[in-house]
Amino acid sequence: MTSLTAKDKDAVRTFWAKVSGKAEDIGADALARMLAVYPQTKTYFAHWKDQSPTSPSARKHGITVMTGVADAVTKIDDLKGGLLSLSELHAFTLRVDPANFKILSHNILVVMAIMFPTDFTPEVHVAMDKFLAALALALAEKYR
Amino acid sequence: MVEWTEQERGIITSIFSSLDYEDIGPKALCRCLIVYPWTQRYFGAFGNLYNAEAIKSNPNIAAHGVTVLHGLDRAVKNMDNIKATYAELSVLHSEKLHVDPDNFKLLSDCLTIVIAAKLGNGFTPETQAAWQKFLAVVVSALGRQYH
Repeated sequence: MTSLTAKDKDAVRTFWAKVSGKAEDIGADALARMLAVYPQTKTYFAHWKDQSPTSPSARKHGITVMTGVADAVTKIDDLKGGLLSLSELHAFTLRVDPANFKILSHNILVVMAIMFPTDFTPEVHVAMDKFLAALALALAEKYR
Repeated sequence: MVEWTEQERGIITSIFSSLDYEDIGPKALCRCLIVYPWTQRYFGAFGNLYNAEAIKSNPNIAAHGVTVLHGLDRAVKNMDNIKATYAELSVLHSEKLHVDPDNFKLLSDCLTIVIAAKLGNGFTPETQAAWQKFLAVVVSALGRQYH
């Protein structure tokens, strides 16, 4: 959709600085919610012994994903270039349908609202939503 | 026909029984207008929507947020027949208000975020699943009479 303005990037960096200490918990909770609220996403994790939202595999994976998001914040000025190898991974190996990026993004926003109710203002919300959408677009870059 | 478990019914009625409409309604609508600014197209007659501050302090928007939230009451009272309950409202949104039904999902996502912020850890994944299922049924019913 729309590209990130300087104001968006500032808002993302400022908010991320506040919340980055909780990145692991955010990731784990967001992934748990994705598996619980959108059960079709479990199809990507058939190889886990325990696919329940609170399983150790789920928590570990939530942390992995959120580490990627944290990295993307540092590369916010060039997401396409910065996420090139991650895009190749998702395109050729993982082959996650890009519709699922939107689902996970939604759950990340829900967790941010829960954990930071006063900081997650509408203005921060729109900047984060745009950022996660741009991130998803960069991840889908190599798909076809 | 949508099947509801006893647990899901309990979750929905519980959230609504303690809902502060005057607080949540305006917050959800304001958030929608700020996060998805194209939704402002339906509110040309509401006054100043020039920036986030103007939207948040606009009394017409606040009042309308309360109205929209109360609109969900009938769905809560008729969970086994939301489709029929909202037939008229669907016609209204299509024929009179001309609202693109894609917007229903946008408002519903903002309402979810606002409720999540209010309930905090009480908004467990199970609660979120029931809540989003309820809103999805409402959104579907509201879009049903479009042609």
